[in-house]
Amino acid sequence: MNGSRSAALTVAWRFAAFRTEGFPIIACSILGGLLFVAIFANVLAPHDPEVGALGERFRPPVWQQGGSEKFLLGSDHLGRDVLSRLIFGARVSIVVGFTAVIVAGVLGTGLGILSGYLGGWVDQVIMRLTDSWLALPALTFAIFLAAVVGPSEMNIVIILGLVYWTRYARVIRGEVLSLKERDFVRLAIVAGCSKRTIMKRHILPNVLNSAIVLGTLMLGVVVVTEAALSFLGVGVPPPKPAWGLMLADGKKGLMAGYWWLTVLPGCCIMLMVLSANLLGDWLRVKLDPQLRQL
Amino acid sequence: MSPPLLEARSLIKHFPVRRGLLSRPVGVVRAVDDVTFSVGVGKTLGLVGESGCGKTTTAKLVLKLEDPTGGELRFEGRDIRGLDAEGVKGYRRAVQAVFQDPFASLNPRMRVDAIIAEPLVTHERLDGAEVAKRVSRLIDLVGLPERTARLFPHEFSGGQRQRIAIARSLALSPRLVVLDEPVSALDVSIRAQILNLLRDLQAQLGLSYLFIAHDLAAVAHMSHTIAVMYLGQIVEIGDAQTIATRPRHPYTQALFAAALPSHPAETREEMVLSGEVPSPLNPPAACRFHPRCPHAMPRCSTEEPVLRETDGRQVSCHLYASPA
Amino acid sequence: MSDAPLLELCNLSTHYVSARGTRVVRAVDDVSLTLAPGSTLGIVGESGSGKSTLALTILRLLPPAAKITSGAIRFEGEDLLTKSDGEMRRIRGKRIAMILQDPMASLNPLFTIGDQVAEPLRVHEGERRATAWTRATGLLKSVRISAPESRVREYPHQMSGGMRQRIVGAIAISCAPRLLIADEPTTSLDLTIQAQYLNLLRDLQRQHQLALIFITHNLGIVAKMCDQVAVMYAGRLVEWGPVTRIFDSPAHPYTRALLESIPRMGDSRDRLTAIEGQPPDLAGLPSGCAFHPRCPQAMAHCREEAPPETALGPSHTARCWLNVPAVAR
Repeated sequence: MNGSRSAALTVAWRFAAFRTEGFPIIACSILGGLLFVAIFANVLAPHDPEVGALGERFRPPVWQQGGSEKFLLGSDHLGRDVLSRLIFGARVSIVVGFTAVIVAGVLGTGLGILSGYLGGWVDQVIMRLTDSWLALPALTFAIFLAAVVGPSEMNIVIILGLVYWTRYARVIRGEVLSLKERDFVRLAIVAGCSKRTIMKRHILPNVLNSAIVLGTLMLGVVVVTEAALSFLGVGVPPPKPAWGLMLADGKKGLMAGYWWLTVLPGCCIMLMVLSANLLGDWLRVKLDPQLRQL
Repeated sequence: MSPPLLEARSLIKHFPVRRGLLSRPVGVVRAVDDVTFSVGVGKTLGLVGESGCGKTTTAKLVLKLEDPTGGELRFEGRDIRGLDAEGVKGYRRAVQAVFQDPFASLNPRMRVDAIIAEPLVTHERLDGAEVAKRVSRLIDLVGLPERTARLFPHEFSGGQRQRIAIARSLALSPRLVVLDEPVSALDVSIRAQILNLLRDLQAQLGLSYLFIAHDLAAVAHMSHTIAVMYLGQIVEIGDAQTIATRPRHPYTQALFAAALPSHPAETREEMVLSGEVPSPLNPPAACRFHPRCPHAMPRCSTEEPVLRETDGRQVSCHLYASPA
Repeated sequence: MSDAPLLELCNLSTHYVSARGTRVVRAVDDVSLTLAPGSTLGIVGESGSGKSTLALTILRLLPPAAKITSGAIRFEGEDLLTKSDGEMRRIRGKRIAMILQDPMASLNPLFTIGDQVAEPLRVHEGERRATAWTRATGLLKSVRISAPESRVREYPHQMSGGMRQRIVGAIAISCAPRLLIADEPTTSLDLTIQAQYLNLLRDLQRQHQLALIFITHNLGIVAKMCDQVAVMYAGRLVEWGPVTRIFDSPAHPYTRALLESIPRMGDSRDRLTAIEGQPPDLAGLPSGCAFHPRCPQAMAHCREEAPPETALGPSHTARCWLNVPAVAR
């Protein structure tokens, strides 16, 4: 029949749509590439991202008329090389993104476990805290905190961690509630283990999978929030390059047709978030034995 | 006769049902309602009954996973309710459990030797070598090869995992093991292996068992005494073979009549009950079985029967009670 | 009553092939049996024996990874393997019905009982909603659900397990099928509810001249309900025949061991006769006869070659070298 043709189409579709049965090569390559770029930014970037040549302002990318090889992706309103700023911006996004995710993860998972396993007033307190925290729109909350403590890279990480731990706490608590009823936890109680031991030895290792998956999914959210904060001027302070900041600066040039100042950083943000989401999606299916096809 | 190892007297466990915004209690689930039984040293008490009868809750009470609402539970003569932390630890050493699902009983992220050693390291201060030696002995005791120790649960079949669970339950040399449907989740050809193992261990180590299963033949095979539960109460209790061959309570009769035959020619007196098992939230008045009982009399809906010695066992039924 | 069998499986094989074609699992391997109209067959096996795959094969409901590699399935004379998807859809639910183990999973929690019982009537017989509902109410009555008029408007979560299983039964018999395949239908039910349910199935069978196939690991159900039994091990049919004959004198050591390992009421043997070893991994079967590592009567030849199917009588076959006189000596 049309077996071979349909098989070929299936493979093509799967590859193109990054289907979750196979390892998401493209997503991981993108993330890996961004990581590489972030680490070797000093070597890769052709120019200093913070120094601009005022005579070279608003140069379009090399393939457009008026572009030059000196500024492959164009230059911004201060004559700074867009490519170099994107490269160093990757560093900011990755560092801030990963660190914030880890901070939120540790905090959220820890509180989620305590809340889920101990129950009682501990659970009530943590959940009310989570509820009220969650009720605040993340961005507004982040802006508020940034305004209070002042913008700096370290502060942003802490702020993002504080804003997003609640997502973890909720999910992990739910898992712990069902884990608590599992036989091996009951047997640990019957064996005489203390609550602390049970949480450490039985609960934590079994929620790590979810925490990791959640982490990859949160990476995208965190990066977007960081970009938004930078866009609004309360994120990473200039002249340090951050993609969000580049968006803010570039916004002014849109009407004049300087599209590369917004589209390029926007693309970078999109690629990172998309890749993180695809990876998280794949991990979720891979690590959850229920969803995996036998 | 030696005193019983475990004694339950008028054991009661009620669960409040809460509803509404303020979680007001609107009712009570009488999961275990005035239950009395005992388990002798080196003997097996089989608990049978259908959903909602309270056997799982009874197991939880015995394992101290729940606290009773009323009544007494005595282990080696001492009431386990008033135990301090030290006492609870001592109780946990003596009373262990094996549960139904071999795939859920073992922490998938721990190696087998750590799983088996867990009770040991929790209760005793032993050095690594001593722990390893004891674990190795336990693995051998349940008939598993030595290399089992370093592997993870997922590398084993259901029957093998259940052996690991049994090995773990024996780590502290307990006196009573609660077996909650220990073979129901296993393949038929493996069940006999595990049941034989359990019997051998009982003979070897003098263990007492609280054996809960829905396979009546397995319960009759393994138990010295059987207690039949219905909606939180014991309706019949006595010697296993006596009850299995000559059940007296109508519910017990229906239960054993419903058990599947072991040969096509084996005919059993049909005794099909009408209706469903009522909810323990709202049990029928007086004799809880009377709405479904084929021998119900007017007395059954007004007067609650009590356990009375009849024909070599105890039955809670007006059919055998002295006239009012 | 015609003598022609209702269902005939001829050398049926279903294989699961892994994505890259490297691993082949012979879930069903060369199975042949026949089923007379109105009779009951029990397919017995443990996990991994292939019994559920066999049921799905008959209905052609296999997942994409599984392929029916050989054989024929003749139902009322027609080979089901030659049917198109559309034709199979018209057969399923109308001429062959299936009941699964978990009634809650079989019922859609979002639709009323009435809607679900009426669905096959509307799909297969083109009934209009009003008449379908009336017939649904009648069907609920025939499966002994009390107050069916009010039940049709209720939802699955309002029913008990036993009731749900009976509703599933009502859906199955709604279009008067000739064959009903029940895959572990009573595993989740309490003992007394199971007894009620099995009696119901037997009565329905008599009323509608329905042939039943029970897929189960429980020999007790086979003893109570079946005329014939087929024993499966590692995807192969190791014994098939009349139930009394097989229970009295099983021709295959696995069947014998299985029968001996089950605790019997009123039997005070001290030890059960256990079967050594573990059920095999279908991806890595032993050479020759798949049962030989656990067989108390294994001979040297059993390790080398898988035994053929030997006929021991009309409608009685077994796969064991012990039944081949030339080898057994």
